[in-house]
This record gives sequence, structure tokens and C-alpha cells, in this order.
Amino acid sequence: MSEVLEDTAPALTVNHVSKVFDVSAPWLNRVLERRPKLYVEAVSDISFTVEKGTCFSIVGESGCGKSTVARLVTGLYATTNGDIRFGTGAKGRPIKVQMIFQDPHSSLNPRWRVGDIIAEPIREMKLRDTEKETLERVRELLETVGLGADDALKYPHEFSGGQRQRISIARALASEPELLVCDEPTSALDVSVQAQILNLMRRLQDELGLTYLFISHDLSVVRHMSNHIAVMYLGRIVEQAPVEELFTNPKHPYSKLLLATIPDIENPKRRVEAQAGEPPSPLNPPSGCAFHPRCPMALPKCSQSAPELCSTSRHGKAACFVTQDMAVVEPVKAAG
Amino acid sequence: MSDQTSVKAVPSRMERFFDSDLWWSFKSHKSAVGAAIVLLLVIITAFLAPVLSPQNPYDLAALELWNAELPPIWMEGGQMPFLLGTDVQGRDILSGILYGTRISIIIGIASVAVSLVVGIGLGLMAGYYGGWIDNVLMRIGDVLLSIPIVLVAILVSSVAQQFLPPAFREVGVAAVLVLAIAMYSWVQYARVVRAQTMVERRKEYVMASRLVGTPARRLMLKHILPNTLTPIFVAATLNFGLAILIEATLSFLGVGMPPNQPSLGTLIRVGNQYLFSGSWWIVLFPSIQLCILVVAVNMLGDWLRDALNPKLR
Repeated sequence: MSEVLEDTAPALTVNHVSKVFDVSAPWLNRVLERRPKLYVEAVSDISFTVEKGTCFSIVGESGCGKSTVARLVTGLYATTNGDIRFGTGAKGRPIKVQMIFQDPHSSLNPRWRVGDIIAEPIREMKLRDTEKETLERVRELLETVGLGADDALKYPHEFSGGQRQRISIARALASEPELLVCDEPTSALDVSVQAQILNLMRRLQDELGLTYLFISHDLSVVRHMSNHIAVMYLGRIVEQAPVEELFTNPKHPYSKLLLATIPDIENPKRRVEAQAGEPPSPLNPPSGCAFHPRCPMALPKCSQSAPELCSTSRHGKAACFVTQDMAVVEPVKAAG
Repeated sequence: MSDQTSVKAVPSRMERFFDSDLWWSFKSHKSAVGAAIVLLLVIITAFLAPVLSPQNPYDLAALELWNAELPPIWMEGGQMPFLLGTDVQGRDILSGILYGTRISIIIGIASVAVSLVVGIGLGLMAGYYGGWIDNVLMRIGDVLLSIPIVLVAILVSSVAQQFLPPAFREVGVAAVLVLAIAMYSWVQYARVVRAQTMVERRKEYVMASRLVGTPARRLMLKHILPNTLTPIFVAATLNFGLAILIEATLSFLGVGMPPNQPSLGTLIRVGNQYLFSGSWWIVLFPSIQLCILVVAVNMLGDWLRDALNPKLR
């Protein structure tokens, strides 16, 4: 199996992956109240590849399925459909994945010493033979992420949010992964601390040759970090492009909406056109293109069928009828 | 590098305990300190009963009928060494109380221990796995709680007394009492642990540990359990008092400890028959001891509940 994949193969290939959650009421309630089973398609039919040594970002609003993608890739959730494949890492075995979590307060067990938290992957996966080597490795990891060796004896509550995120990164590195899935690693932090963590992550990428799958709702953070961006809306990827292309020439109206929300440092008081509506409920998604109720350019056919993700430039793809056939005569304003 | 850790020694468990908020809160809480001292005294005297008590109440040969129904020492007719008087068989009340308290405490501790093990184990499984395991375990708990414990205990122990050989009867009855109380109180622990487990298992530290392949049993015991122990600790303390009371109730009703191995409840039951013949001391002193024991435990439990409640700090 492994010799088929050359070294240039992408670190991660996600192929038509869907994830459906059963959110039905308990069985007894369903029987008594005659309620049907209820399903949510959190992620529907998404595909992307992440090249080795790059940073691939997924952006989108809350509830669009970004974190579900992260958990599917790490294996915390099983896919409903499609498959996720990893390239070959060191010594010919598949690439190892680890994850950095969003909330630095709940991602560290409050009753464990920091040294034990970081040593857990080493002990669990038996990466070191002796306890002495394990402790040596923990010290090395703490220094890699900019903490002191004696911090190993402290408890998580003795650290600030940024320091805890460093501990979290050290724990993720402890299992010697090649691909790090970062689920909004900076969104719980102050802006100044965000920058420190992002710089640390970039430095680690250079030093260790890591590949990142970076999940965020913050476009400025993403711009700083990534090579390639996918924009998600309601479980689907609506646009996917190299970072500069997406920022300078977004194709999908939703990407344009997202970019318009970034504060402009040159023109802070500029009028941002108020956008109608909120993201629809994934329990009851709109027909056709999920974005059509909010889309300023929606066509009649947008509410009937969903557009496929098609190439719009050499590396970019978008799922929008309007950008696909540029022969748009008259955009129809959406109701409401 | 390597000697850095040895210089900065990890504070030991004891040092950390005496440095903790809990210890500080305990010291500044007068009723908690008082309750702890009383409880400690009761427990120590109960377990030193063979040394302290003037008479061995189990030794039938030591009983003399002419010592029967002697009043306490400060009343007319009181005799040494019967400080608190004697019962109708000439048994020293003080000795009976000391031995009886020991039995009550042992049954209380044993039933709390059994229900803790069962309740924590089942609660962790119900909360962690969810689904039908959760449903089945919690419905069993609901059913058990809906059966009056006194009826169950009467049923079980009368059946047990019929079938147990006489040599094992005392031990057997004690075991039945422990199981009857535990059967009732494990549900509380299971519910608390289950609720907390359902919260904890979604937290990201559990996810992180799952990612490195930690097996479910270790996840439950090493990650989740330590984070559910605080409310369990409070519940166990309060339930210890409750278990002693239930045991006393059952013994008073005649389905608990037999009169030749009396617990506090048995002593009260036996003494109750002589209350109207004027020998009030036979029933009063065991009752006072029971009150002191349970009130001390409950005061400690109340303090612990407040001290461990982050909202009241």
C-alpha cells in the first residue's frame, strides 16, 4: 500500500466526505410524540488536498462544519461517506496527525501536572523507552514552545491562556506528528497573544516541516498563516483558492461577504453594506444553493439546484452559477 | 539540566493539603472543627471499645442478673463500674454503646464503600457510553429508588435470617444490611457521576487523550473520574450519616443487628421496651450517642458542601 504513494503525494486527501449526525429526540419521545428521526448533514461532499509542508485553511461562520472537518480528519468522528487518506511520512508509514484545540481552558486536564499532560502521548504511544528519556523529551518540548523546564511541575491553572495554548502545542508535538490540525487555535486568545502563538506555529512549521490544516473564522489570521484557503458555508466548500487570489479576487458572493467584514485599517469608518439574514439552520437547509436566501446576485435557478465546485482560475474553484456563467443579464434581488 | 528537577522538589501530598483552600476553610469554620473533633472522639472511643469499656457486653458469662436495671452512677442506687447504668440483663450501658457505635460505624463505612464503588463504576459507564447502556442503568436505578428501602431490607433480612446457619448469622445480617443500604444509595452516586461524566467527556482534554489512543477504561479512570470526585466526596459524607440512620431504623424495627451483637439501633429497640417501667437510661443514652454521631457527620458534610462549592467562595 505504502509504496504506491510517492513522497510528493499530498499529506492529506479528503475525497467526497460527508458526515451526518443523528440529532433525533430519545426513542421514547419519538414513539410517544410521533416525531420523525432527525438528521443533520454537518459536512456534505467535501473534497480537498493538503500538500506537504503547506498550510491549508478552512474558514466559515460558526456552525458551517469547520470543526467537524477537523474532527473527521483526526479520526475523532467516523465519516458517513467518502474517504480520508494520508500520505507517507517518516519511515514510510502513513502521516501522523495531531490536533490543537480551540479552548485552552478545557483542552488541558485541570488535575494533571503539565509535565504529565505533555508526557501522556509519549507514554501512551511508547515513543521513549525509559522514564528518564520521557522527562528529557518533555523538557525539550517545553523549551521548543517557549516555556521553562520547571513548568512541567505546575498545574494548568497557573498559566495564562496563551501559555496554555503553548502547552497544548507541546502536547500535540509530543507524538511527533507530521500533520497538525488546528481547530481555531487562537480564537480564545487576546490579539497580542494571538500573534505570538501564530508566530510560534510558523516557526515550528519551518523547523519541523509540519503541514497544517488550519480551521478559523478569522480571515486576517488565515491570511497570515496559510497557502491555500477553502471557504465553507453550511457544510459545503463554496470556494477554494490560493490565499492571495482569494483575498484579491474572491469569486463566490459568500467569500466577498466574508472579506467585506474585515475591518479596513486605511478606512475604518467605511460603510459596509448590511447583509441580510443569518446562516440558515443546517436542520432545514434551503433548497438549491444554500447561500441563495442571502445572496445579492441570486438567480432563479439558484433556489432549484445546487451548483458544483468548478474551476474558475488555474488553482481556484468556486461553487456558484453566477460566476460560472458570466453571461448574467439581470441579477435578481433575493426576497427579504 | 537534570539536577534542576531534584532541586525544585515537588511539594508532597500532605504539604499541598495543608496549603490548600480547603484546609484554610476548615480551620476558619468553627462548627466544622467542632464536628470533626466530636466525630473523631466518637470513632476513637468506639474502636478502642475493648480497652475502654468496663465490661464485655458480648460475654454472657460476665453478666450478673443482680446488676440488672441499675441506674446511672449519679443517681441513687448507681454502682461502679456501671457509669450509665445497666439494662435488664445486667449489661453495662456504656459498654453497649461503645460496642454498638463500632458496629454502626462499620456498617456505615462498608455500605458507603460498596455504594461508592458500584455507583462510580456504573455512573462512569452510563455517562461515557450513553445510549442504551445509560438508559438501562439509569432505569434500574429509578426502579430501585422507587422501592421503599425499609420494606426491601425487612424482606431480604428476614429471608436471610431463615436460611443462614446460626454461626454466620451476625456476619450475614451485617452483610445484608450493608447491601440493602448500598442498593439504595449507589443510585445517587451514579447519577452525580453520570451527569459530570457527560460534561467532561465532551471536553477537549478528553478528545486530546483519545487522539493518542488512550483506551476507554483509562480515559474514564484517569481523566474523567478525578474531575467528578468533588461532588461525590460531599455526597459520600452526607450519606455516611444517612447510612448509620437507616441501619439504626432497620435495627430498631427488628430486622437489623440481633440483640447479641447490638448496634445503636438495636440498643434503642431493646431499651424502648423498658422506657415505661422507669428505666429511661437504657434507651436514652444510645439515642444521644446516635444523635451526636449523625449530627457531627452531617455538620462536616454541610461544611464540605459549602467549602467545595465554587460559587460560595
